[in-house]
Amino acid sequence: MKIRKYIKIYSLFFSTSIASELEYKTNVIIDFITAILSLVGSVFLLSIFFQNTDNIGGWNFEQALIIQGIYTILNGITNTWFNPNLTEIVKHIREGTLDFVLLKPLDSQFFISLNKIAPSGFLEIILGVALLFYCIDINQININLSFLFLCITTLFCSIVILYSLWFLISTTTIWFVKTWNATEVLRSFLYIGRFPLNSFSFSLRIFFSIFVPIAFITTIPSAVYLGIAKPWEILFEVIVSGIFFIVSRRFWLFALKYYTSASS
Amino acid sequence: MFNLNKNKLTTLLKVQYSNMLEYRVEIALWAISGIIPFFMLNIWTNNNLNESINLSNVMLSRYFLSAFFVRQFSVVWVVFTFEEDALLGKISPYLIQPLNPFFRYFAQHIAEQITRFPFAIIIALIFFLINPESVWIPSLSLFLLACLSTFFSFLIQFLIQSIIACFCFWTEKASSIERLLFIPTLFLSGLLAPVISFPEYVKSWIYLTPFPYLIDFPANILSGNNTNIISGFFMQIFWISVLFPIFKRIWSLGTKKYTAMGS
Repeated sequence: MKIRKYIKIYSLFFSTSIASELEYKTNVIIDFITAILSLVGSVFLLSIFFQNTDNIGGWNFEQALIIQGIYTILNGITNTWFNPNLTEIVKHIREGTLDFVLLKPLDSQFFISLNKIAPSGFLEIILGVALLFYCIDINQININLSFLFLCITTLFCSIVILYSLWFLISTTTIWFVKTWNATEVLRSFLYIGRFPLNSFSFSLRIFFSIFVPIAFITTIPSAVYLGIAKPWEILFEVIVSGIFFIVSRRFWLFALKYYTSASS
Repeated sequence: MFNLNKNKLTTLLKVQYSNMLEYRVEIALWAISGIIPFFMLNIWTNNNLNESINLSNVMLSRYFLSAFFVRQFSVVWVVFTFEEDALLGKISPYLIQPLNPFFRYFAQHIAEQITRFPFAIIIALIFFLINPESVWIPSLSLFLLACLSTFFSFLIQFLIQSIIACFCFWTEKASSIERLLFIPTLFLSGLLAPVISFPEYVKSWIYLTPFPYLIDFPANILSGNNTNIISGFFMQIFWISVLFPIFKRIWSLGTKKYTAMGS
């Protein structure tokens, strides 16, 4: 019953925010072009890397394209859902409108995380999926049911980790008020998700596996896609995503205790 | 249009500097978010990709550190501030003042660079601690030339963004155009890979565009890598002299077109 209510509310969020975004039509079109150019740019960069070598970190060019595909999908999801909503937390807190959110008979995390939508990321998701389909062909991947199941599970876990990272950082706004740039730091860290984890030096690999698990976000789903992932890696990703989600939820509830609204 | 004297300029700078000091943590975080060149350096050296372009590990690490510095002191965000001011109707009071509002934004950027300076130095020191073999001291003349070309790079980007910002007078939202233009800036300016490593079919036309002069050219001067200093400066000045009249024109057209809220 409760789930049905939330689904209904979400469909309302969806249609209203799409409508308000489409007010600026040229904006949406320019964002589409940006998405295409951005993919072209990263493939261009990758081709520079592969000019004189046939592998980086043990991945050849065709395999590295899979990572680009996964990255593009995740980036599209970030641009569609996480970025427009979670940067809004800063605004809510600075202008004191978080009070109105908390007063609603709805889960505050649900409202804050899903209220808005930016259609510009849709094209990136489509481009990423198309690139993955192309990779099936050039890497000669066999598709079967368990393969599909594992792919979707690991991709889902990556989305959960990504969401939790964004949400954790945005939550710190309750203490620091201005965290625009903290999300910029996260963005620049996420940038390394375009490349296989093994192409970095040992110390960076450790940093990006333990402290900021960006490594899991793209490299493990790509390895699953190629059929070279080890079972413990998949299990590990599932556990990490679970931990991150629970921590981000707890942290939000904890932070709300410290929230003193605008007038008090 | 540009009635500016020394007094106004120093006052503007002082005010903006104290504004910026209020949000030190924010600026420190922003400095950290510019460390992408170091990740790129890690990929380049860890996979020995630089062997093919005849650049030793040490020279490449100096290049990327210089690229980091140039980027730190040429970041421009005037579109985003201007768009917000335009949407909230803050432009009207600025227009009444006998000073072009872009001087206010310009002073904001300079003040922010001054605030950012110590953080950039700290990041560079950490870099030298990790890579002690890449420590170098550029000669004074090269250092001054690098500073000048970084400032020119900042000017080019400031002018381009100001032109885009003026589109706000017509479309209200201009930041998406800036995001579009940021993509070629990111991939072609040399922030992620030095321009000499680009394939021939790109190198043949890239030096005619403003992009390599934004990061690659100043970073090459600072790090002591080979670059044609005279033609680089010539192209920088060329682009500034092309962009400045366009900005002046679009600004005067835009302010005529501008209808304040409620009119």
